Amino acid sequence: MRTKNIILIALVVLLAVFPLLIHKGAEFGGADGEAEEAITELHPEYEPWLESFWEPPSGEIESLLFALQAAIGAGFIGYYLGFVKGRKESEKEKGSVAGEAGLSKS
Amino acid sequence: MFESWKKMLCRNRKLFITLAVFFVLLSSPLPAHAMHIMEGFLPLKWCLFWGVLTIPFLIVGFRSISKTIDKNPDVKMLLGVAAAFAFVLSALKIPSVTGSCSHPTGVGLGAILFGPTAMSVLGCIVLLFQALLLAHGGLSTLGANTFSMAVIGPFVAYFVYKLCQKLNTPTWLGVFLAAALGNLLTYVVTSFQLAMAFPAEAGGFAASLVKFMGIFAVTQIPLAISEGLLTVVLFNLLTVHNKRELEELSVIPSPAKEVR
Repeated sequence: MRTKNIILIALVVLLAVFPLLIHKGAEFGGADGEAEEAITELHPEYEPWLESFWEPPSGEIESLLFALQAAIGAGFIGYYLGFVKGRKESEKEKGSVAGEAGLSKS
Repeated sequence: MFESWKKMLCRNRKLFITLAVFFVLLSSPLPAHAMHIMEGFLPLKWCLFWGVLTIPFLIVGFRSISKTIDKNPDVKMLLGVAAAFAFVLSALKIPSVTGSCSHPTGVGLGAILFGPTAMSVLGCIVLLFQALLLAHGGLSTLGANTFSMAVIGPFVAYFVYKLCQKLNTPTWLGVFLAAALGNLLTYVVTSFQLAMAFPAEAGGFAASLVKFMGIFAVTQIPLAISEGLLTVVLFNLLTVHNKRELEELSVIPSPAKEVR
């Protein structure tokens, strides 16, 4: 299973790198920015009627939050996987210890 | 109904506080790259329309989560993992073949594990915090964004997974297709929502739809594949290390049940 998962992750990396290679000059902005442009094009008179209450003040702060988000999210998933793996192993161990105890008694 | 919500909130207060803190910390911070409909960019009547349409799913979802936790208190942490997965994936802005970036949604896994409406609730919380703290999506567009990402996405994922189970396809294929199609359909719905609100002067709804589909859906195809693959990776790990809970949730067939 480990090999399988490594191959799957490698495929994801390839899928992400491939566009970078075929569009060397592209901006790689967000798709919603483009949607915004499309809306302005379709309905030039449309005015957004509400603004966000708060935006991260700078790119650096955005990237701080970004790194934090990735770290904590992955951390939680990693913690959970470690937890269930440990639980499974300790259950197995308990099972075999109980089995041996049963054997020595008889 | 209100009583049962209150009961559930009290009983699982710690869980909710943990989830809330978690969501605040994890909310996606790159508004420029957000793929949901932006604040103020949907006329009021459409905001209301999608909002009202979404509410029943949230109510059913709250009940469904409450029921699941009552039945299997142990799965709370797995519920956290489903939410964490949605957050991590929606933080990964990945370049796509169209030369722009978009992100996976991560709702497929939770839909497979806990059912579609449970993920509606989690997805809505995710979107709410992102709208409030990170200018990602918006409060006015929360209903529309919840409908696409947390109602349609999970429902598609859930039914695709169930269909694959019926057809006896390998589990990994079912998981892959569920997550990938759930992701893709989310953005197809976003395109519909925008096209309905902004029909083109020449060509009307259809012309607009083609335009928005070109922006959202095409960009999303490789990302849908990525999301499918990543969901299979995590699902594999869960199957290896925590088969029992997956069987309890009837995600994979339980050998004990078959014998019975």
